[in-house]
Amino acid sequence: MIDVAHVSKNYGAVQALKDISFHVPKGELFGLIGPDGAGKTTLFRSLVTLLLPDIGTITFDGHDVVKDYRHVRRNVGYMPGTFSLYQDLSVRENLEFFASVFQTTVETNYDLIKDIYVMLEPFAKRRAGALSGGMKQKLALCCALIHKPLVLVLDEPTTGVDAVSRREFWAMLKKLKDEGITMLVSTPYMDEAALCDRVGLIQNGALLRVGSPAEITRTFDRPLYAATGIDTYALLRALRQAAGVEAVYPFGTALHITASEALDIAVLKKQLGDLGLGDAQVERIEPTIEDLFMHLMK
Amino acid sequence: MSDQVVINARKLTKRFGDFTAVNAIDLDVRKGEIFGFLGANGAGKTTAIKMFIGLSRPTEGEAHVAGFDVYTQSEEIKRNIGYMSQRFSLYNDLTVRENIRFYGGVYGLDDARLKQRSEEMIEELGLKDHAKTLLAALPLGWKQKLAFSVALIHDPRIVFLDEPTGGVDPITRRQFWEMIYAAAARGVTVFVTTHYMDEAEYCHRVSIMVDGVMAACDTPVALKQQFGADTMDEVFYRLARGGKRAE
Repeated sequence: MIDVAHVSKNYGAVQALKDISFHVPKGELFGLIGPDGAGKTTLFRSLVTLLLPDIGTITFDGHDVVKDYRHVRRNVGYMPGTFSLYQDLSVRENLEFFASVFQTTVETNYDLIKDIYVMLEPFAKRRAGALSGGMKQKLALCCALIHKPLVLVLDEPTTGVDAVSRREFWAMLKKLKDEGITMLVSTPYMDEAALCDRVGLIQNGALLRVGSPAEITRTFDRPLYAATGIDTYALLRALRQAAGVEAVYPFGTALHITASEALDIAVLKKQLGDLGLGDAQVERIEPTIEDLFMHLMK
Repeated sequence: MSDQVVINARKLTKRFGDFTAVNAIDLDVRKGEIFGFLGANGAGKTTAIKMFIGLSRPTEGEAHVAGFDVYTQSEEIKRNIGYMSQRFSLYNDLTVRENIRFYGGVYGLDDARLKQRSEEMIEELGLKDHAKTLLAALPLGWKQKLAFSVALIHDPRIVFLDEPTGGVDPITRRQFWEMIYAAAARGVTVFVTTHYMDEAEYCHRVSIMVDGVMAACDTPVALKQQFGADTMDEVFYRLARGGKRAE
């Protein structure tokens, strides 16, 4: 459905995108995972015909996005990272406006937005500018869907959103996927990678890895351990000095230790005991996407 | 961490007309503690923080911050705390060194002290080659680390951090937390909000606000035990999904 081939884009001396290539088959939920400034927005804006790549081509449903931008615009739903609806139109007016621009009606594709729109219905006459953040997000999603697009492009829909609303939002995306809509979603939250069919890890304009979450975590080529103890900060400093240890980072309740080769846990625990950290527990673990991302960043 | 309480609140309340944004919260935060202040969007966190930092007068209840009364001594509070948020931190069109000098000046550091502090800070952050770089040209993660150091420039007893790591890459996010650990080990109290639930695990204690009320407040280990959950993410989800006021 989407084919990105050797795309680069510069802003003056800044290389925003460096030779990016990947494809997204029809019906897939594809996640573009990376921190602020990685190039996620530049890539999405190029895809939805709002920016021209300097080099490379992007094909959308068999059409070149530069030459045949009209086809893309008719068939893509785009939700930008900042709220871009009409603040002084009501909820209902915004929805009707977007439907009319795409020469359809709210009723024609109501089935697609029904589950989301019922949550907005009590506020149908409220001005969009007066909605809460969560409601604005739901309205933006409805407006991006109202012409039944082939592809939905969502730029950081969950940034600044609390953990409960994030889960609800992903549940909505899962339902849309079942409707057969191809989706590209960008996010700085590494844990959301697990909710995608395939992901691309992006950093400083370069695509580090593309594949299913399971495939790409398998490319982590070092033994990984988790350590826990009462004094986490003291444990962190002690582990950084230990032989064979490449990196130590906090990961929720534990510290994750990347080693150059397999560690002898008994020896390590004895060393920690000598430093007064005898309570520490160390075990071998499987890497997460975030472990891999941090490893690739170095 | 000492037993000395540096932030306390009793039945602290803020109403806007009929709407009770913060509803009778009680809180004791100790010197050197890393305190995670969590809640869904719209739960009342920002309103509560504004009362603690002397920007909003409570409707009812009591609160003391760094020993000062939030009703009558808001200026003393501002001089004795540091603050940084994701949205407002430093000036993009000043250089690294100019930002440090500006904030040092605002907080009344004398020239000798300011000179010494800015050199220390630039050295510690590894920004020696970038002292004359405009802030706009620095990566977000570097800016946030600098903003944290600047928030501590006047050696405050408490620092308030409002979503300091939003959008920051995973390595810088951890380096940021190591700066928090180091500050807490020096006796600075760190009061922090975040949407990253793994960061909630790094706090000594965590409170979770739901609809203006303090729904839970304890160590991450105790909270997980209480809710029979493996992670703080699960604890948060169970408490916050019941909220009626979700934004």
